[in-house]
Amino acid sequence: MKAFKACLAGLALLGLSPAAMAAGGTMPLSEGDAPLPDWPFEGVFGKFDQASVQRGFQVYTEVCAACHSMELLSYRNLGEPGGPFYNADDPEATEAAVAEFARQYEITEIDDYGDEVARPRRPADRFPSPYPNVQAAAAANGGAIPPDFSVIVKARPGGADYIYRLMTGYPSYEEFQGEYGDELHFNDDHSHGVLTQPAGLYYNPYFPGDTSGNWDGDPRHAPAGGYLAMPPQLSDGRVDYMDGTEATQEQIAYDISQFLAWASEPKMENRKSLGLVVMIYLFFLAILVYFSYKAIWRNVEH
Amino acid sequence: MTDETYTETVDEDRRDFIHIAAGAAVAGGAGALAWPFIAQMLPALDTRAASSLEVPITDIPEGGEIRVLIGGKPFFIRHRTAAEIAAAESVEAGDLPDPQTDEERLVARADGTLNPAILVVSGSCTHLGCVPVGPGSNTGEFGGWYCPCHGSHYDTSGRIRKGPAPTNLPVPTYEYNADGSAVTISL
Amino acid sequence: MSGHESTYKPGTGIEKWIDARLPIVRLVHDSFVGFPVAKNLNYWWTFGAILAVCLVTQIITGIVLAMHYVPHVDMAFASVERIMRDVEYGWLIRYIHANGASMFFLAVYIHMFRGLYYGSYKAPREISWILGVIIYLLMMGTAFMGYVLPWGQMSLHGASVITNLIGAIPLVGEQIKIWLQGAPSIGNATLNRFFSLHYLLPFMIAGVVILHIWAFHTTGNNNPTGVDVKDEKKDTVPFHPYYTVKDGFAIIVFLMIFAGFVFYAPNVLGHADNYIEGNPLKTPAHIVPEWYLLPFYAILRAITFDIGPIPAKLGGVIAMFGAIAVLFVLPWLDTSKVRSLRYRPLARQFFLGFVAVCLLLGVAGASNPDDIVIKTGEDTLRYEVSLEEAPEALAVAEAHHGKIVSSNSERVIVDFAHYEDAVEFAEASGTTAEATVKHHGLTWLPVAQLLTFLYFAYFLIIIPLLGLIERPKDEPESIADSIHKSNGSADAVAAE
Repeated sequence: MKAFKACLAGLALLGLSPAAMAAGGTMPLSEGDAPLPDWPFEGVFGKFDQASVQRGFQVYTEVCAACHSMELLSYRNLGEPGGPFYNADDPEATEAAVAEFARQYEITEIDDYGDEVARPRRPADRFPSPYPNVQAAAAANGGAIPPDFSVIVKARPGGADYIYRLMTGYPSYEEFQGEYGDELHFNDDHSHGVLTQPAGLYYNPYFPGDTSGNWDGDPRHAPAGGYLAMPPQLSDGRVDYMDGTEATQEQIAYDISQFLAWASEPKMENRKSLGLVVMIYLFFLAILVYFSYKAIWRNVEH
Repeated sequence: MTDETYTETVDEDRRDFIHIAAGAAVAGGAGALAWPFIAQMLPALDTRAASSLEVPITDIPEGGEIRVLIGGKPFFIRHRTAAEIAAAESVEAGDLPDPQTDEERLVARADGTLNPAILVVSGSCTHLGCVPVGPGSNTGEFGGWYCPCHGSHYDTSGRIRKGPAPTNLPVPTYEYNADGSAVTISL
Repeated sequence: MSGHESTYKPGTGIEKWIDARLPIVRLVHDSFVGFPVAKNLNYWWTFGAILAVCLVTQIITGIVLAMHYVPHVDMAFASVERIMRDVEYGWLIRYIHANGASMFFLAVYIHMFRGLYYGSYKAPREISWILGVIIYLLMMGTAFMGYVLPWGQMSLHGASVITNLIGAIPLVGEQIKIWLQGAPSIGNATLNRFFSLHYLLPFMIAGVVILHIWAFHTTGNNNPTGVDVKDEKKDTVPFHPYYTVKDGFAIIVFLMIFAGFVFYAPNVLGHADNYIEGNPLKTPAHIVPEWYLLPFYAILRAITFDIGPIPAKLGGVIAMFGAIAVLFVLPWLDTSKVRSLRYRPLARQFFLGFVAVCLLLGVAGASNPDDIVIKTGEDTLRYEVSLEEAPEALAVAEAHHGKIVSSNSERVIVDFAHYEDAVEFAEASGTTAEATVKHHGLTWLPVAQLLTFLYFAYFLIIIPLLGLIERPKDEPESIADSIHKSNGSADAVAAE
């Protein structure tokens, strides 16, 4: 009987493990890599670091937005609790800042005469897309459509860790003789040989894929990772932070990952704080009902 | 029967504080749980965000109007002619079914002055919510708007003059921008 | 809904008035208040009530989500995200619904294994069991169609894979597939009908649940001893308050686990690819169903060989449906007179093995069939060389420490442990063949095939045989007797 109980109790955990494995996806983040940031939004009490979300939004606007849309976001989202423009003390200033920001971008509308007219965007409008349609996006990027960033952190196994790894994971000049876009000479514990990057593609050890086709060396030790159409984007000083933070590559990657994590799950803080209340309630309710149960059954032999 | 055997213990238990506490906690939790399911039927954030609109007024021809939808509700922005303004102002408010002067139905510009040329009113007949017809069509007996559903006549200030509608066409909350070239209408 | 004498006594005039016309209060009272239940039910029996909570939760949250969801291929994905972002508490309701499906299946699996362990499917409860299997089938259909609605990559391509299975049916399969999809492929027509059916099926489940309860209230609940109620006074207690409070406590504990997922890990049970909008031109690298369907997915993929006239693809489909169909006939496959495995030590061992087989099938379903389970050696570099091209290949290979895997008059297959040897071999032999990496070990495919065999063997061989050869322990005289004995022995243990 004991074994039976243990077995069925384990069902809950074991039954879930295949799903966890399936969700693990293609590119596990190996332990030997540079340390990952401690995300403030992880854990039961996790919250976004608003200053970092703000900087990340600056990075998105100045770097990513040239190619990546965020179709599901509206300007008004920027001023919602947790958002980059949110100011808890002054809702009116928040609103004004959002409206001011939105005004920089134009949107085309059809007027009463059937003509296209441009007007400044309002807080209720969506973020503009860098390309008029997917065909244009594909044509401008060698056939690869830059993914939309609205829910990107939820759409990638590893989430923010993956974004951070990808952004900081491109091979650097110092590491390899040879140039970007050309040959990468590997000579480490795992791989010895030359990896030739296909034209217009860039090797990244964290991008899911298979490098063996362009690998001159032991195929069993082809470098991990794959190629993507996006060249390395982040370098020290790539943006000039408005709040004066030093823009190292790691800092920028940290901030953009945090911003994208917020954008993917803007209600995360509500969720966790409500969750705490619910868990405490259920805990005490369980105790109450347990004693009620004991009291009702106390005279029954069972 | 089983009942007889256990009636005594059950009754004793019912008086027990622990059962009352547990029952109350369950009821309280269920009540709190109901709130998200009620709140979800409120207008969503995007719907609420789309409930104000800035409308440029400089392009409206004299004697004409533009119609806009804000949150799905129609609004009329009318550029009145001098004759229409005069007609609206000449009426004795006290004689009307819903007494209101023309001035009371206007909103001041940023500098504090009124702009009688521009009239902003709701586009739903106060009778049963049909959309009245206006300039360029049958404007009714008083030159303003006419509701074809049940024959309500509105004057050039949007006040009800004849027909079943009980009140004037409401004036929405709106404000002029700094240079007076546009109005922002909010629900 | 109860097979026992009614204990309802209308107190007031209005109660009497209603009772004479529509005895609905009496029905509810006799089913859920006065209904006599064996007093030895353990916590495994609380999953019935937990499942009722799951069904109600899914229906209520589902109705609410349908108020905001747009069933159109261009808008479905965005409308789901709008629920997450803009609808008041939409994130909460959607996460309850999405995780609720997993919780529902978790509970139903425990409920089913409980039925298997305690012999709840045996006479006279066969119809309760069969109705339960029907509920389970309806749940799978509902869950599958619900997973399509967000129109993510897994939604689209998962639906595509499953409807293509139907195409394996000979002669009419292709036509049925197109009829199901409403188009040559999964598209807007499919999404619309799946939405409609996803809304309908839960109410059918609710209907069958009523029949399920009716059936086992007619026969009376089973209990951990499997012994019938002999004396209602000694063996049973009324459902309320004894089991309402016990079920209530179990429900609260279950809700804590449920809430843990909803609030702290809402996407752990899902797949990241489903947050990418469906794109018919691009298939995700690994299509896997939700965790609760993985064992059947493993069985489906395990049949890679033709069985007589049945092609492999159809064989997989038959095996997958057969895995559920076998549950329908289980009451007649079991030859044992004893219900509860408490008194069948040998059968209990096999049961535990069967639970392990089911769990492992789940792992197999999540894994790539070609992946290695147990590694038997280091990866080698394999060349398949044509002797026409490189006539000396055999000798050259041996000279370079190559291990000849096979050779005939036309070609030779050779493995190298060292890359340097392989390179030298390629140069010396003059072959243009490319080396491939050969993994050595047991892959998931044969493991899944073995597990599939064991799954069916449990029902078709072990259960019928065990009843004939096993000598069960003595069953207790009655439920009260068993309680008395076990409490007595517990006291004895405590005294020591």
